[in-house]
Amino acid sequence: MKPRPFDYVRPDTVEEVLALLAEHGDEARILAGGQSLIPMLNLRLIEAAVLIDISRLAELDTIRSDGGALEVGAAVTQNKLMAWPDLARDFALLAAGLPFVGHFQTRNKGTVCGSIAHADPSSELPLLLAMYAGEVVLRSQRGTRAVPAEDFHKDMLTTAREADELVVTVRFPHPSDRRVAFREIARRHGDFAIIAVAAAAGANGAVTLGVGGMAGRPMTRAIAARDAASAADAIGQWAEELEGYDDLHASAAMRRDMLRKLAANVVAEVAQ
Amino acid sequence: MRAVKGDQKTRIALTLNGRKLAAEAEPRLLLSDFLRHGLGATGTHVGCEHGVCGACTVLIDGVAVRSCLTLAVQAEGREVRTVESLAAPDGALNPLQAAFRDHHALQCGFCTPGILMSFTDFLARNPQPSEAQIREVLSGHLCRCTGYANIVEAIKEVASSSHAPRSEG
Repeated sequence: MKPRPFDYVRPDTVEEVLALLAEHGDEARILAGGQSLIPMLNLRLIEAAVLIDISRLAELDTIRSDGGALEVGAAVTQNKLMAWPDLARDFALLAAGLPFVGHFQTRNKGTVCGSIAHADPSSELPLLLAMYAGEVVLRSQRGTRAVPAEDFHKDMLTTAREADELVVTVRFPHPSDRRVAFREIARRHGDFAIIAVAAAAGANGAVTLGVGGMAGRPMTRAIAARDAASAADAIGQWAEELEGYDDLHASAAMRRDMLRKLAANVVAEVAQ
Repeated sequence: MRAVKGDQKTRIALTLNGRKLAAEAEPRLLLSDFLRHGLGATGTHVGCEHGVCGACTVLIDGVAVRSCLTLAVQAEGREVRTVESLAAPDGALNPLQAAFRDHHALQCGFCTPGILMSFTDFLARNPQPSEAQIREVLSGHLCRCTGYANIVEAIKEVASSSHAPRSEG
């Protein structure tokens, strides 16, 4: 299991990255942490003519928080964000979900933006971005644009990124939610979730639910959670609408069942 | 800008366990294979080669990563540490290795180099971890013969003795 040959380029600036993307388009792949890309290359599930290594670009290795949002650059690893001092206080749902992303050893290298750009439907970071109604900032030689999470994630491994665009940062808006919860079911801690479920409750008692692993992209829904029975009805209806899908790990029916159980748990956690 | 063609071998220099070393490699060569075949450091073991088993874990600039999910060219100029760096020059085991021996935390030993390197990083950052934290980090490794209970015991012993002299016995 070794990759097919590819050219390797390690630019010194973001401008050089954009020039390479403009030249090579979808023949090129961005290498940030490589924790999804290199396994796929090793298994020869994908091919790339050129790998553009952005992992050493200091200008992309920044975490910034202003009044509006937390901005995470494309070279920031998942463990670096987990260790960011104000995370648990200001972004409790991110702090609750990040420990489920891969393993300690893969979070040391895997990036926040890379996981979101990779867009595996059962991975946690796309779900977390959807829960925050965040956005993805894309840059190319043509300009810069910010795409809302719900428009960025289109389907399994499919995003709104054009071939000449680089994900430079993702933005998580400051939440107004009072209580949050995150749970998932995986065969082994750190593996991709079969399904992952998040909940956030605002000051007025409204609960937003999110789920990964039920559709080609993360899905969210606001539900009325006046009591456990009405929440269970709303969750049950949502599970039927989403349908789920069959794969090696679980049938669609099992996924619906997991959603009903896990979602009821996280709603109970945030509803107290 | 560093650029290497796919069929081109390039000289890759890095620091391995304190020694500056170099060898030729194509861009697609994984760090795990570069260490073993390019530099002759065979202490790092290669298991699944897609980041699941953890056998190939090494430290790059002090941080535990999968060497099978790292290209050799990505480690260029970096400080790489492997299991060969742990014991003293005379072969005396370091406290983590000694605890593995004392607790029967290895049997065939294939997974052991990776686990030792993971906890070399983790214990340096978290000298007094909870058992839950130890198990979370250990979940990034697969062991197919010894089982995990004795590995957890060995790591707990090192963690609990890190603020007190380790008693011999």
